[in-house]
Amino acid sequence: MNTLNSFDERFDFKGKAKTWSLVMIAIGVIGILYGFLSDNGVRTFANLLLMGYYITCVSICGIFFCAVQYVAQAGWSVAILRIPQAFGRVVPYAAVILFVIICAGLYFTHTGVNDEGKQATVPYLYKLWALKGVTTPGDPNYDAVIAGKSGFLNVPFFLIRIAAYLASYSLLGWLLIKYSNNEDELGGMFNYNKSFKISCIFLVIFGFTIPLFAFDTIMSLEAHWFSTMFGWYNFAGLWVGGMAVITLTIILLKQNGYVQWITEDHLHNMGQLIFGFSIFWTYLWFAQFLLTWYANLPEEAAYFYRRWEPQFKWWFWLNIVINFLTPLLVLMSRDSKRMIKVLKVACIILICGHWLDYWQMIMPGAVGPQANWYNEIGVLEVTIFIGFAGVFMFLMLNALSKFKSLVPKKHPFLEESLHHHI
Amino acid sequence: MSNTKYILGLFDDPDVMMHGIDKLQKNSIPIYDVYTPMPIHGIDRKLGLKDSRLGYAAFMFGCLGGTTIFSMAYYMLVHDWPINIGGKPSFAIPDFVPITFEWTVLFTAFGMVTTFFFATHLFPGRTPRVMDFRATDDRFVIAIDAKKGNIPHEDITNILKEAGAVEVKHNDRKYVSYE
Repeated sequence: MNTLNSFDERFDFKGKAKTWSLVMIAIGVIGILYGFLSDNGVRTFANLLLMGYYITCVSICGIFFCAVQYVAQAGWSVAILRIPQAFGRVVPYAAVILFVIICAGLYFTHTGVNDEGKQATVPYLYKLWALKGVTTPGDPNYDAVIAGKSGFLNVPFFLIRIAAYLASYSLLGWLLIKYSNNEDELGGMFNYNKSFKISCIFLVIFGFTIPLFAFDTIMSLEAHWFSTMFGWYNFAGLWVGGMAVITLTIILLKQNGYVQWITEDHLHNMGQLIFGFSIFWTYLWFAQFLLTWYANLPEEAAYFYRRWEPQFKWWFWLNIVINFLTPLLVLMSRDSKRMIKVLKVACIILICGHWLDYWQMIMPGAVGPQANWYNEIGVLEVTIFIGFAGVFMFLMLNALSKFKSLVPKKHPFLEESLHHHI
Repeated sequence: MSNTKYILGLFDDPDVMMHGIDKLQKNSIPIYDVYTPMPIHGIDRKLGLKDSRLGYAAFMFGCLGGTTIFSMAYYMLVHDWPINIGGKPSFAIPDFVPITFEWTVLFTAFGMVTTFFFATHLFPGRTPRVMDFRATDDRFVIAIDAKKGNIPHEDITNILKEAGAVEVKHNDRKYVSYE
């Protein structure tokens, strides 16, 4: 074990990383402008929602990771804890971005078709339940199923819920990171115990609200359909996607000469978690699919029917191949989890894979099929992905550079983590 | 020449024992094996042990279980006696997935246990081979092959004592529990 680590080293956010994140943001802005100016408003909004949701989930995953470590009283993770904490710092910004996208999508309207196939003025997002007159009997837009759900699914309550989830995650995450920063100054168990308590509260709130968050933001795009599995399925996606981004960040920091105390043993643990929860994701995906397929109830099967269209079918199966077979075959052996390059490639594949997962949750309902399967993912999707990746990178690295040291240097379990061997 | 076959150094603390291993290795004393009541991380690397091949066995058992039940289900539900269930095709792959998964897990678990018992000679009804009983309780035991190498036994004893061994045993036979 090398003991020459300087824990007072700070992350310096400048040079290549900063330039690239700004370039990526610029690409994203160009993509969004292109989308709106080329009369692709619906598709652009769906992509904005997708990426807004994705970066929110990834940054929430940072808080969730920290909270799990505190509640489990885990020692191994202390050396890497600052990276998920930096993710947690992004939550308020990502939440605001997502909230603005949702509000704009509900506020701006265009002429489209309603559920009956007739011309109507519909909002860009959540057109099934947020269009005018959907709950008024006798209105041409009236929809009895949606009207029955409107006690829960109405615009004001919807916005209040989203704001409440995101505000509570942001607040608790902020407290958790504050205690960790205080710990760096004071040492001792005082702040650790406080972190433990706040983590317990966070996990309870998170556990009850994250399925609802997924129901609201994503599942309500196809409001006729429902699946109680959907929330946990989204949670599994959040955890795997977030873990992949955390691991990729650690690897890139390490390759650029930072955080040298993080060893292949820590990365091995991250690889194990990614591997295990990829299987968990598949389990939930399949549980949702099998029951729908077997029961074959029209209102349930409609969801998969839309994903079975020739334009989506290919992507639908690719989703399983990427998110199940890749981690299964690549990350199963011990050696591959300990090889930094293999793990890096696996993380990049999974980040793209979970983008595809969210994409096929959103697009068939919010946009509908394009002309061909290869038109489904075009310039718009790629540029907006790059743009939001740039936003996340900028915010996260900026937050990381604010920390006075890249490890919680007075954490009670620090020594255990530095001598972690598996 | 004494009849001592194995020299055992008994430690009451895993960290002290790990430093003891360092000390023995520095003096090029061949360590036969180390017995501990609980797993100690990093000890396999320190002793230079080869990676366990149990994982490969597990993988093969898993493949065996998966193919066994998949072909069995295929034979029964598709070939021998197809039944119309809710208008689904007889060869309904999604239906086969849960049972295939379960049998893969079952075969892997049983296969690993059997392989482990086989490799460690732990059969039901057989007395386990133990070099020192307290290695299963509260002592961390380093076993040294006394017939190997030509270092005087007293020196080995001294090194073990210096490293913090609470007891050093000179055993004339390998296992204490043949009976």
